[in-house]
Parts: sequence; C-alpha cells; structure tokens
Amino acid sequence: MSAPVVEKFLTRNFAVRDSHALKVYRDTGGYSALAKAQTMEPAAIVDEVKKSNLRGLGGAGFPTGMKWSFIPKDHAGPVYLVINADEGEPGTFKDRYLLERDPHALIEGMIIAARAIKSALGFVYIRGEYVEPWRRFSAAVREAYEAGYLGQGFDIVVHRGAGAYICGEETGLISSLEGKKGWPKVKPPFPAIKGAFGQPTIVNNVETICCVPHIVNRGAAWFAGLGSKTQGGTRMYSVSGRVNKPGVYEESCAITLRQLIEVAGGVSGSGVLKGVVPGGSSAPILAAHEIDVTMDVDGLRNAGTMAGSAGVIVFDETVSIPDALMVVARFYAHESCGQCTPCRESTGWIYKMTHRLVEGKGRKDDLDTILDVAKRGAGTTICAFYDGAVGPYISYIEKFRSEFEARCRS
Amino acid sequence: MPKLTIDGKEIEVPAGTNLIEAARRLGIEVPHYCYHPGLSIAGQCRLCMVDIEKTPRPTIACNTQAAEGMVVHTQTDRVKETRRSIMEFHLINHPLDCPVCDQAGECWLQIYYMKHGLYDPRMKDEKVHKPKAVPLGPHVMLDAERCILCSRCVRFCDEITHTGELGIFNRGDHSEIGLFPGTDLENKYSGNVVDICPVGALTDRDFRFQVRVWYLDTTKSICTGCARGCNIDVHVNRRRPHHAEGRRVARLKPRYNEHVNRWWMCDAGRYGYGFVDAPTRLALPLVREAGGTREASWSDAMAAVAEAFGRLPGEQAAIIASPKLANEDLFAIKTLAETKGIRQVGFRVPPREPGDEDHFLIRADKNPNTRGAELIGLDGKVDAILNEATARRVRSLVVFEHDLFEGQWREGDVRSALDAVDSLIYVGTNANATSARAHIVLPAAAWVERDGTFTNFEGRVQRFRPALGHLGEAMPAWEIVGRIIAATGGTTAAARAEHWFRALAGSVPAFAGLTYQSLGDEGAMTGPA
Repeated sequence: MSAPVVEKFLTRNFAVRDSHALKVYRDTGGYSALAKAQTMEPAAIVDEVKKSNLRGLGGAGFPTGMKWSFIPKDHAGPVYLVINADEGEPGTFKDRYLLERDPHALIEGMIIAARAIKSALGFVYIRGEYVEPWRRFSAAVREAYEAGYLGQGFDIVVHRGAGAYICGEETGLISSLEGKKGWPKVKPPFPAIKGAFGQPTIVNNVETICCVPHIVNRGAAWFAGLGSKTQGGTRMYSVSGRVNKPGVYEESCAITLRQLIEVAGGVSGSGVLKGVVPGGSSAPILAAHEIDVTMDVDGLRNAGTMAGSAGVIVFDETVSIPDALMVVARFYAHESCGQCTPCRESTGWIYKMTHRLVEGKGRKDDLDTILDVAKRGAGTTICAFYDGAVGPYISYIEKFRSEFEARCRS
Repeated sequence: MPKLTIDGKEIEVPAGTNLIEAARRLGIEVPHYCYHPGLSIAGQCRLCMVDIEKTPRPTIACNTQAAEGMVVHTQTDRVKETRRSIMEFHLINHPLDCPVCDQAGECWLQIYYMKHGLYDPRMKDEKVHKPKAVPLGPHVMLDAERCILCSRCVRFCDEITHTGELGIFNRGDHSEIGLFPGTDLENKYSGNVVDICPVGALTDRDFRFQVRVWYLDTTKSICTGCARGCNIDVHVNRRRPHHAEGRRVARLKPRYNEHVNRWWMCDAGRYGYGFVDAPTRLALPLVREAGGTREASWSDAMAAVAEAFGRLPGEQAAIIASPKLANEDLFAIKTLAETKGIRQVGFRVPPREPGDEDHFLIRADKNPNTRGAELIGLDGKVDAILNEATARRVRSLVVFEHDLFEGQWREGDVRSALDAVDSLIYVGTNANATSARAHIVLPAAAWVERDGTFTNFEGRVQRFRPALGHLGEAMPAWEIVGRIIAATGGTTAAARAEHWFRALAGSVPAFAGLTYQSLGDEGAMTGPA
C-alpha cells in the first residue's frame, strides 16, 4: 500500500527561492491567519487548537490546546511563551529547516499563540550549533518588527543555547533561559503554573507552533482530518541512516513506518532492513518485522516505542546493534545533566559496560546487569531524560540479544 | 490542617508540610540526602521515595506536600527495592575509603547502606576519578570522589549566606562541586557546609585526621562567641587523650533551636574554642610575693584573698565582672558585693575595635551574657573604677576574665590604675596581661567544664552543661566567688550552679519563675526587668 497523499503545508515553501523572506511569505498567504486570529477571542483560539488534535511535535506529544488551557485564568503578572528550538534529539533535524526556510511561519504562529494565552513576551531558545537557523530567524524577527507584526503588544527575544542536550527538556530549557545551569526543575510546579522567571509559561516546539496559523486559517476540522483519530495534521519526519534518500519528509501522522521508508527511497546499504528507531534516539528500536505501524503518537505507543521527535533512523542488516548501542550509551552518559543520582551514575556505568562489550571483554551477565540497572533507574528521575536513555538500552539488548552475546567473552 | 495516613498511622499536619516532615512527626524516618529542612527542595538524590495510594509509581517525599486523605506507605516492597537501587547508584563511583575518611562513623552512606542497601556490588568497571583533598577555603576541604552531589552546600551558599561561592560543574557522572573562579569558600558561615554534607566530601580542616568520631562524647551547650547564644553541641575527646595533640574539645557543632540559630552557627563561634585547651589556661591558683609568683593551694590563695580583701571597707574595694560569665557567676558576684557593701561594680570593657555584625547570626557584642549582667544589675562604670584606683581610693580590685589592656583605654592609664591598688585579684580561665599584674590569680573553669546559663541579647536564658572535668584545680567562677564570700566572713549555701540560679530567680524579677527544668533545651525568655 502506498503512502496516504496529504497536502504538505508546513514545507510548502521550502523549494521556493528566498522562502525565508517576509515578501515571499506574504505573497504565499503568510500573516493572513494572524489577521483572522486578531478577530478571535483568545478562548476561541485555544478551543480551535484543541479541536484540531494538534499534539506537541517536539517529543512528548502532549495535546497543545490542553497545555495552553493550563495557564491560570486569574494570573496578575506576565505570561511567557517559550519556543523550544533546541533541537537536539539525535536523528532529528526538522526544526532547523523550518527556522531556515520558513521563519515567518514560526513568528506568525507565536503571535497567534501569544494571543491565545495572553502573553506579551516570547522567547525562542535556539540550539547553539544552529548558527544559520539563528541568523535566518533573527533576520525574520527584524523584518517582522519593521513590518509592525511584532512590537505591537508582543515581542520576541531570541536566545541561543550553548550545546547541551538537556536544555531541550522544557524545564531544563527554562533554567538555561533564566541564566542558570540547564537543570530540569522538580515538578510540581509545572511551567504553566510557575515557569520561566517564576511566571506561567508555555513551552512549545517550533513545528507545533508553525501548524497554528494553518489551523486558524483553515479550521480545526481540516487539520484533524489530515492525521489519525487522536492526532491531527502532518508531521515532518527526519529520515536518516540506511535509506536511499535521507531527508525531511512531511507526511500524514497516519502513515506507516514501512510507507515512510519507501517515501525515503527504501533501505540502502545491503537493502535488507534490520531495525528502525522511529522517534529519535530515545525511542525503543523496532525490528524489521515490526514496521507496519502508523507513525502517530498512539500508534507507536501501542507498538511499544514512541513517536518522539519523528527522527527515523534506519539500520540495515550490516549495522552492528552493539556498536550502535555503545554510541547511544556514550551520548546519554555525556549529556546526562548529572542532577539526579540514578541517571547521573547509571548512564556512565552502562556506557562503560557497553564499551567493554563491544571490545569483546564483556560477559553475558553484563547484559543482565545493564537491563536490570536500566529498569531500576527508569521512572525515578526528575525529567524524562533517563527514561529516554532506557528506551535503547533495553530494546536493543532484548530484541538483538544474540548479537550482543556473540560479542561476549563467555 | 490536612489529615493523612502514613504506614497506617493517622496524623494531622500544618498545610504545606512535606511527607518527610509529616513522617518524622510519627517517628518514621524517610531516608534522604539532598533534602534539608533549612534549604529549598532539590529533589535530586531520589532516595526519599514513598508509595502514595492512587499514584502509579513511587514519589519523592520531599517535594510532596501532605494532602487531606492521602495514604502513604514507606515500607512497601517497591519502595524498599527502589531505595536499594538508589543506594547502589549513589555508591558505584564512591571510593569506599571509609578507613581513611573522617566522616566514617557519622556518614549517611554507611548508615543508609546498612539500613536500606545491603546489595551485592556489581560495579566492575573503573570508577570515575575526581579531585581529592582540595581546600575550598580556610576551613573546608573537598574530596570530590566522595561527593554524592546532593547540592546542599551549594544551596547553603546561595540561600543562607547569599555568597554563592559553590557550584556544580561539568555534567553527568563527571559532575563535581567546585568554587566559581576567583572565589574562596570564606564566608562567615562556611563551616556549616561540613555539617550539612551527608558524606565525607566536605570535611573540617581543623578536625581532619584528629580523632575518630566514635571516640567523641557530645554535650549540649551554648556558643560563647557573641551575644546571639547559638545552641551548640560540644564534642569532646575523653577516650583517646593521646589523639589530637591532647586537645580535649574536638569540635563544636550547631544544635537546632528554632528561636535562636536554627541549624546554623558562624565560623568565629565554631572555631573559637581554642582557649579551652590553650597553653595559657590557668590550672592552679597563683600568689605573687616579693620573690615572684608561686603556685598555691586554694586554701593558701583564699587566705591571701582574705588578707588583701576581707578586712577592707566596701568603699575601698571594686569588682570588674565580665559579660563572659554565667548568670550564676554574676549573681554570686552581686551577692558578694552586697555582703561586702561594695558599690563599685561594673562589667563593660568596651573593645578597641567594634565587633563585626551581620543581619543573620553574628552580633557586634562578642560576649555571651551582656544582657544577663545588665539584668542582674552590675552595670557600673568601669572607667570610673579605674580612675578611683589610680586616685588610690580603691585599694583592692577583683577583675574577672577581662584583659583590661585589650579595651579601648590607653595602656598607660590601665597600668597606673592596676599598679596603684594594693591588691589585684584576677579570676579567669586564661592568663593575660591583666592577670600578669595580679597579686592573686584564681583559675576559673571554662564554660565547657561546668554548667550554667547565659542570657542572650534578646533576653533568652539558655543552659550549658559540663562536657569535661575542670582543668587542673580550676573551679567555676560562682564557686570561687562563694569561697571569697566565705573567706571574707560571709556565708553561702550554694553548692551547685543551680542553687545560684534559684537564688537569682528569687531575687531578680526578670528571672522570676525560671528554673533549670523550665529552660529545657531551647531556653526561655526573661520577663520584664
């Protein structure tokens, strides 16, 4: 079965020359949703987004409209809108394209979202390594000020990160934005109640907010109809690894993983699939026989993995899973912020064990130790980082145990 | 006031109480490292997990407030298993160097491993190595390998002293406590980070390698460093007298008192006990004669006091008491003055430099009992007494504790006053320039060698208790004063400090109704003067 045909509205201008420029954006219908939103009551915007089934596209998949509705109604001080552009999940590179090629979509979405949550100030936290996206987006912000879209009751502050993965976790991001070490915050309180600088704060992903103008313009029903029953719209899939045409693909949330690999030109290398990581490095791996699943949040959750950031990493049969796990384990050991004991200590420990395994100095009971340590630490920490690390630790070993055992000494 | 159930026991607690404190009220200990009641919630050690009914997985107790109807279990299999796991994570990179670690014996890694760990170690790989024996400041030494990164010390410097010297640097299992560039841990309260460090990462530089903690005995006391009267524990080493170069007091630790110092004390107070075991301590009475000074028995010394002081009319004698003395001592001095008809009594010797003061604990008045001396009514003018001495109208002078040369008066004036009297009697714990000029020197027991009470600047009367025996033949000042009263023809039935306190309470209205029992461990406020 071939992939469902959907209108590609998020990426529609990617191939247009100077798509990042205000003129091109306006010529292709940009900022028309803003005009419409300005005639809508804030509550009506929240309602429309709720009905659209838009879910957070950064990784957690939380319903966006519901998140917005958590802002206390009677709050006297400022409310902040924070855009998470700290795209750091390995295998994910979609927000980068949006910032570089359609920055005004984010700005327009932010102004609308700010109206919905009654915020006068937005922050865009851009990953430090994203130099060109930062340049493009900053230029677009200047254009938007000159054109009067910004500075009329809503301002945007662009902030660059310094390269820590954990600053993509929403409360780690807030700590970093506040000028502190990027440590996730203990919850409760949740950011919608007490976030950046102690004020109610909504943190949304770039792609999520880029959907908002389209929902306002074309209605919740249209958007909901593009996806699955519980998740509206399309998604930008970052497909990498052993495929013939790696890149960013905007497809329905209801596409299957098998179809998506076909869209990306099929498996390269040996041409025989070994496994796929469907949602960024934190998502448990799916074996070759498990890829007939839809790519929406619930579809992948039912398959025992997660949609995450929609970073799809394809392994053909020549890829060594133990080597892959060691690379992943090194990443999590390096990026653990070190705040919570279970994560701080066991990410390093598990990396040492996987490293020993791939060097041929491991023993079979090390595999059981890794699994046990991973399971014991899961769910015990402040943020989801460790649970994300546990995804690959457990799934790689459980699904490909014989490969690991073949590398063991005894 | 939410009512909740913990391990089957119901309890009502004030709104906002977290589950660690709620459980504590029931005598249930929820193990924890990063939580400290005086600091903000960090929630990072992950040890204080408890099960709350209708919650899918164990929850940290420190960041969970008691709620009406909440049902909490601290001993489920799942909680116990989680604790065991967390203990293993805390210890995999720990050097396990307990035999050479000063914290051994009072280390929460040891205590909790025995209570909640007891797993078989599985760590076979090389541990993470970090800096060791790093001086952070004048008082504190860091061993980063022993550190469990609970961040209590960091939060202390951020939230209590607001000096922010410490941070956690690097990430993951390479995280380590350290100083921000260009800073030293030299705030006035730095020693507290050693107290709140649950492990051997931060140790006291003056206590390191001196004596094992299991040889120490603990006595409740009051800091004498200033007028705040911080509550302390005195740790003394009686069982290994050959350790720590013979020093008997090993260290002072703050003791919680909600009304005075909560969990904290300043470094000046904490490290200010050196005089107790100093070479200048007076252990025997001394009498100066034509040929020089000789050691004397108490009876000889008292005979000399009677000779010099006893037959003199009251108007020719004067007493300079000290705000370092206990209420009991001061009341004994008042009794002596009344018995002898001595009207020239003072206690205030203004320091040459005003003492430092802050908005937290430290008071400019570096005496523990100025308020007590004021209330007991000994506040005559000391400079007037010295003038009278110089004019030879005062023939005999008793000085307690003070070195009058350390005050703000000109040295020559003090010298002519002291040289002018026929007899100078010095009562004190340590020798000084004043005692060197005394005709009779009577050795007083230091506060850690006796019991008594101080009245802090707010009027709180607080007990201190004997941690040690008297050094040599030293005696508490109240007992010396009692002997002087007896030697000069008066009588006193007070054989214990408490007797003097009873007499004080019966005589000075501000102390009316107070007893050693009613003072308890937290002290009690004096009434209107």
